[in-house]
Amino acid sequence: MAVITLKINGKDVTAHEGQTLLEAARDANLPIPTLCHLHGLSDVAACRLCIVEVVGTPRLLAACVTRVADGMEVSTNTERLQEYRRMIVELLFAEGNHFCAVCLANGNCELQNLGAAVGMDHSRYEYLYPKRSVDITHERFGVDHNRCVLCSRCVRVCDEVEGAHTWDIAGRGGKARVIADMNKPWGDASSCTTCGKCVQACPTGAIFRLGATVAEMQKDSSRLELIVTAREKRQWVR
Amino acid sequence: MDPSELQELAARERAAQPKIVIRTCMSTACLAVDSEPVKAALDAAVEETGLKDRVKVVGVGCLGLCGKGPLVAVDPTGELYQHVTPEQARSIVSSVAGGPVTAERLDPTSPFFSKQVAVVRENSGMIDPERIEAYIAADGYVALTTALRDMSPSDVVDAITASGLRGRGGAGFPTGLKWAMVAKSPSDRKFVVCNGDEGDPGAFMDRSILESDPHRVLEGMAIAAYAVGASQGFIYVRGEYPLAITRLKKAIQQAKRLGLLGAQILDSSLDLRIDLRIGAGAFVCGEETGLLASIEGRRGTPRARPPFPAERGLWGFPTVINNVETLANIPTILRKGPEWFASIGTERSKGTKVFALAGKILNTGLIEVPMGMPLRTIVEEMGGGVAVGKAKAVQTGGPSGGCIPAALFDTPVDFEALAQVGSMMGSGGLVVMDEADNMVDVARFFMEFCTEESCGKCVPCRAGTVQMLRMLTRIADGEGHEEDLETLESLCTMVKSASLCGLGQSAPNPVLSTLRYFRHEYEEALRRRRSSHEESGDKAGDSAG
Amino acid sequence: MGKIRFASVWLGGCSGCHMSFLDLDEWLIDLAELVEVVYSPIADAKVFPSNVDVTLIEGAVCNEDNLEVLHTIRERSRLLVSFGDCAVTGNVPAMRNPLGDVDPILQVVYVEAADAQGQYPVESGVVPPLLPRVRPVHECVRVDAFISGCPPSADRIKAALEAIVAGETPHLTGSQLKAG
Repeated sequence: MAVITLKINGKDVTAHEGQTLLEAARDANLPIPTLCHLHGLSDVAACRLCIVEVVGTPRLLAACVTRVADGMEVSTNTERLQEYRRMIVELLFAEGNHFCAVCLANGNCELQNLGAAVGMDHSRYEYLYPKRSVDITHERFGVDHNRCVLCSRCVRVCDEVEGAHTWDIAGRGGKARVIADMNKPWGDASSCTTCGKCVQACPTGAIFRLGATVAEMQKDSSRLELIVTAREKRQWVR
Repeated sequence: MDPSELQELAARERAAQPKIVIRTCMSTACLAVDSEPVKAALDAAVEETGLKDRVKVVGVGCLGLCGKGPLVAVDPTGELYQHVTPEQARSIVSSVAGGPVTAERLDPTSPFFSKQVAVVRENSGMIDPERIEAYIAADGYVALTTALRDMSPSDVVDAITASGLRGRGGAGFPTGLKWAMVAKSPSDRKFVVCNGDEGDPGAFMDRSILESDPHRVLEGMAIAAYAVGASQGFIYVRGEYPLAITRLKKAIQQAKRLGLLGAQILDSSLDLRIDLRIGAGAFVCGEETGLLASIEGRRGTPRARPPFPAERGLWGFPTVINNVETLANIPTILRKGPEWFASIGTERSKGTKVFALAGKILNTGLIEVPMGMPLRTIVEEMGGGVAVGKAKAVQTGGPSGGCIPAALFDTPVDFEALAQVGSMMGSGGLVVMDEADNMVDVARFFMEFCTEESCGKCVPCRAGTVQMLRMLTRIADGEGHEEDLETLESLCTMVKSASLCGLGQSAPNPVLSTLRYFRHEYEEALRRRRSSHEESGDKAGDSAG
Repeated sequence: MGKIRFASVWLGGCSGCHMSFLDLDEWLIDLAELVEVVYSPIADAKVFPSNVDVTLIEGAVCNEDNLEVLHTIRERSRLLVSFGDCAVTGNVPAMRNPLGDVDPILQVVYVEAADAQGQYPVESGVVPPLLPRVRPVHECVRVDAFISGCPPSADRIKAALEAIVAGETPHLTGSQLKAG
């Protein structure tokens, strides 16, 4: 595979042809914040946190879906990008009902960590406090839509790794929500295999194991990496 | 059908045309004000007066001045009548024999009509859209014949490139370049898609073309298919256009019957099948990747580009996706020649553009004008201005566009000029505002539209439009703070730069353009809030003091 | 230079943030050298004074009394700090917001769930009416600094206070920003 050379934040970096900017940046120890990206799943460039500036392109590009090219000059952490990322995270906190104090993912939550990482001390946007539901009809798991950030990782892991495609998204805009099968209570979704991959894939406490209480839930998304590496490379390593 | 048979059919149809034709508009706007009973009355009158051999009543497509319907036109005298009732219809027929007319005359030489240049609308209001023979008699499918018989696929691409035609759906991407990209993409399967999901509020250009001259679009698609090597086409029409859907279905059926669609069209190597796909009420499905996802049976959410549809489109195959009006230009360009087309318009915006005049304008309807015409001509001369006072601003480009103040009405309608004043060409919707219109309300209206139509995939658009709407509503309702304006502007910039697709990227435009030209109206709204709260000594409400 | 005039208040809060403040343990003695507590629920003061240098506000804005007190405090304080998740985001008190109007909630709590003689608690001038929505403090007044956490740890509070006693506006960074 051809070797590509490019500049990231002024630093000369090498990458493989076919890699994304996100991968190249991570390899070069210049990590870019993400939310909807999960190693092993297809990338959808939905959260817009991984946006970067590329010389010669007026548009901001999502690093997770942009392939490296020879001679590219990329900035991953300019003041503008920092400001935009913070605004995106603030929008997320204001959009749902993220009551960290009573959440089982408290302390182990990617959204919480993102808030700290982008320097958010409060949200300048009006908290919407939408009316959202909780579904605990499934025997082992539950989904609390108040905590959902619509990253679609659950949709993709169930479709691409488990193959059941139990989760999808219904509705538009602010009314979008994840649904099980054709908008059934999760307990009645006949396609669900109870594999629990969505629980691991969910970045917040939206999808959870029943029986866990505040701050008790720990997720291990590296398990998903294990499965994907096994499938793609026939290697059983973590 | 071979080319000579096509010519014969055309000749026969032209010969069968009587001397006097009474054209009645049977498109949606006129039908909505009962043009059907008007036509029935005309038919009955012709029958009763025994003029059937000399006079023909034809239901035609859109005559353009939709606000004055039902419209009736008479050939060859060129008389034009407005607001026609069934009773008045009879007098029109009797006027053929010299009798008086009770119907209200409309001046066919008025600027609304005289300043138009018909390219895409050359047949609209002239032919019966439900008869392929009428289209053929008007030189229909001649361009396709020329392309298939006398040109190679790359000749066709070159001709379209030479014409300078740019996409008419809003983005203005050079059509020839798009076709060249698809033609070059190696694949044994390629698609041609027509984007008929016209979603901008106040835009009805595409609806009119589909209702008035559907074969033009089919012919354009066939030429495109030949040029790029596609054998399957889709027309994606929004479900809210039932008449357009009916007429397209009919047109496809008629074309198939005559061998102008299907295998070996006009005895050439071109096989093309065109199917309709009906939308279900989502503006975002007018975005090209959202549209393609919808055709594939998936959720109509846009995806990141590259790869572009020209490279990887429907089901991963190279796909040409063009707007209705873009495709409607193709037959005329090939018939009259790319140089002729390029002689109309400006340096970088060739040809004509169809605009839908709406809002407070007196002459509501459709016009087709050469690119480069000043807005003032459109608004004041052709549009007739507004009823009360003067026009304050014009909004072009729908929810993706911007407001142009009266002071800038000398701006020509051309892609670059409109972008420079902070708006865009858009699909052609042109909403005129007067002094009674509040510009904060205008921005709020378009933002509300965007919140409802956002697909929800990316955070800036999904959550950002909701917050921008809340701020605009607070300001418009006299509940806004100074900070709201600052927060609003910075959010606009972020949403514009960071959104995944055009919907989010352009949702802030109406806000940014009204802030640019009508900032005083925002400040006035903020002042209203401050004074009302001071008066009532209200401390229980919001106050970031 | 005199001591910093320091105040703290809890609005719609559980007092947990104040308890965490007390977890500063022996550093409180050092703090006492530098600040004068002019008003606090854990001190003896009846009226919120003027010319306060810094006020920590715990709790969300839940009723009309909270709102009135908040405006008074804002007028009389140079630096206003949202203290804890309830003040910064609404947090637990704001969990009634998704349920909608105040009336149905009062109906369920005080009438339907009552053992006997269910009725809305109404005592004009004594029981403050609930606001239609619980709000974070910065949606009602201008806030100068934020300390998140439920409660914020004593370390985090110390970091903020150290900035304050040095005459600066606190700006927490990194993991000190984590909510919850």
